[in-house]
Amino acid sequence: MSAANRSRAHLVGVGETRYTRWGKIGDTTEHALACQAIQRAVADAGLSMSDVDGLASFAEDRNEAVFLAAELGLPTLRFGNMVWMPGGGGGCAAVGNAAMAVETGQAEVVVVYRSLCQGQFFRFGSPIAGDAPDPAAPPRPTVQQANTPMLASMGFAMPYGLIMAAAAYALPTRRHMHLYGTTSEQLGHIAVTFREHASRNPRAVMGGRPMTLADHQASPMIGDPHRLFDCCLESDGACAVVVTTAERARDLAKPGVEILASEQGAPQGYAFGHFTNANIADDLYATGGCEEMAGRLYGKAGLGPGDVDVAQIYDHFTGCVLMQLEDYGFCKRGEGGPFVESGALAWQGGSLPTNTHGGSLSEAYIHGLNHVVEGVRALRGESTSPVEGAEVCLVTSAACVPSSALMLGRR
Amino acid sequence: MSQRFFPDTMPSPLADAITLPFWEAAAEHRLVVQRCTACGRTRLPPAPVCGSCQSTEADWQTLSGRGEVYTYTLVHRPIAPEQPLPTVIAVIALEGSDGLRMISNLVDSDPDEVAIGAPVELVWEDMGPDLSIPRFRLAAT
Repeated sequence: MSAANRSRAHLVGVGETRYTRWGKIGDTTEHALACQAIQRAVADAGLSMSDVDGLASFAEDRNEAVFLAAELGLPTLRFGNMVWMPGGGGGCAAVGNAAMAVETGQAEVVVVYRSLCQGQFFRFGSPIAGDAPDPAAPPRPTVQQANTPMLASMGFAMPYGLIMAAAAYALPTRRHMHLYGTTSEQLGHIAVTFREHASRNPRAVMGGRPMTLADHQASPMIGDPHRLFDCCLESDGACAVVVTTAERARDLAKPGVEILASEQGAPQGYAFGHFTNANIADDLYATGGCEEMAGRLYGKAGLGPGDVDVAQIYDHFTGCVLMQLEDYGFCKRGEGGPFVESGALAWQGGSLPTNTHGGSLSEAYIHGLNHVVEGVRALRGESTSPVEGAEVCLVTSAACVPSSALMLGRR
Repeated sequence: MSQRFFPDTMPSPLADAITLPFWEAAAEHRLVVQRCTACGRTRLPPAPVCGSCQSTEADWQTLSGRGEVYTYTLVHRPIAPEQPLPTVIAVIALEGSDGLRMISNLVDSDPDEVAIGAPVELVWEDMGPDLSIPRFRLAAT
């Protein structure tokens, strides 16, 4: 092992709360779930809360690190960090930032967390947080003040009814179909494969709900070409992972998983991605926008797509999975459809077992931090769909928005 | 008032000082894009700086309103009461804009006829006295 490898950060603990359908957790708060997930991850690592000196999250997390640090009794908060990459694009970046913090001595033990109870706040895809039209006060259509650049850019999507993510990410997927002949049935193979993986995972919200390709094809259209079963779940729950130094990782409860590389990526002119930006470059439009970042990730890790034994690919929508498989070089551009149709993503017999927990399509939608949790389990041999001898796992965050990714390794 | 396609309950545009001129022009039934006066590059949504040459000077170029469908989705779940379904949301490649596209709707068109590459033309929908939304319809080929 080289000197550089000795200094690399490790993932040493994972934890999660129960996962449910969105709105089903009402007996406690989203914030309390964050506490529980952090406690479980720290316990899994064989550490105590007095060892933790950093907290990191992403996706406009409401559960501020300063409150969590106080409630959980951290002796001091040396590193509190939030990622700018929007929404689910920042999960791997949060872990990457934690890794940088411990590798540079800013902190020694950083917990990355994400808690999400849409039922306690507002449901993603609603027009405006909590606002239902008031029958007593009819709307007066007029231009409204945007207080942030994000809202001003949403002004070029919302008036046309583009608010649902299922519709926004249907736009590049439809173009992919046009350019390459990708079919709805091919997208269905992704959903069916992840559902099968979920069938062995006791945490999976859809674990007991088998799905066939015919079920997928019969599911209602939401934002064409995305059918209901092309869309991720909407969930309540929380999860967390613990990042520490290579030295500290050596004598903990379980073998550490090395963070071989982490990268963030927002292509030139990408802004928030397809949701508000119709002017993504033509050669990037029908992609996940991750190809250039993937090259950096592989270069930093000294690995290529052929070295990946198991992958946890952010699956907000099946079309985005398919385009990411091309971005990360598992097949050529435009060949994602035949690739997934071949059974490549299957736990047994697939060349690239993917989302062995069931993913956001079938385990839970925790903004993809649960994919990092599963990446650790996959390399520890703890997955409920274990890949024999797996040594390298790719984990990605949301594509078609500015994204991030991790390469994890076990040696 | 123009023909109506969507209910008043549809979300209204949100705008700041940089993007407001687009909506002010729309209220006068002019479809405009921002154009850098230093290097001539067009941009949409409007932005405070030209990403090509860093100039902060820009003016507004009025477009013909013709274009073609770059991609689209048929939305089957409403986000506003009485929204017509399926709603066709499309990315329109705008003629004469130096390659710009915009998100909009296709209205007054058979959703089954919508296809990538189909020619479209601008339709203004007056939502209120000071709000007009640029939408498109399939044009005769």
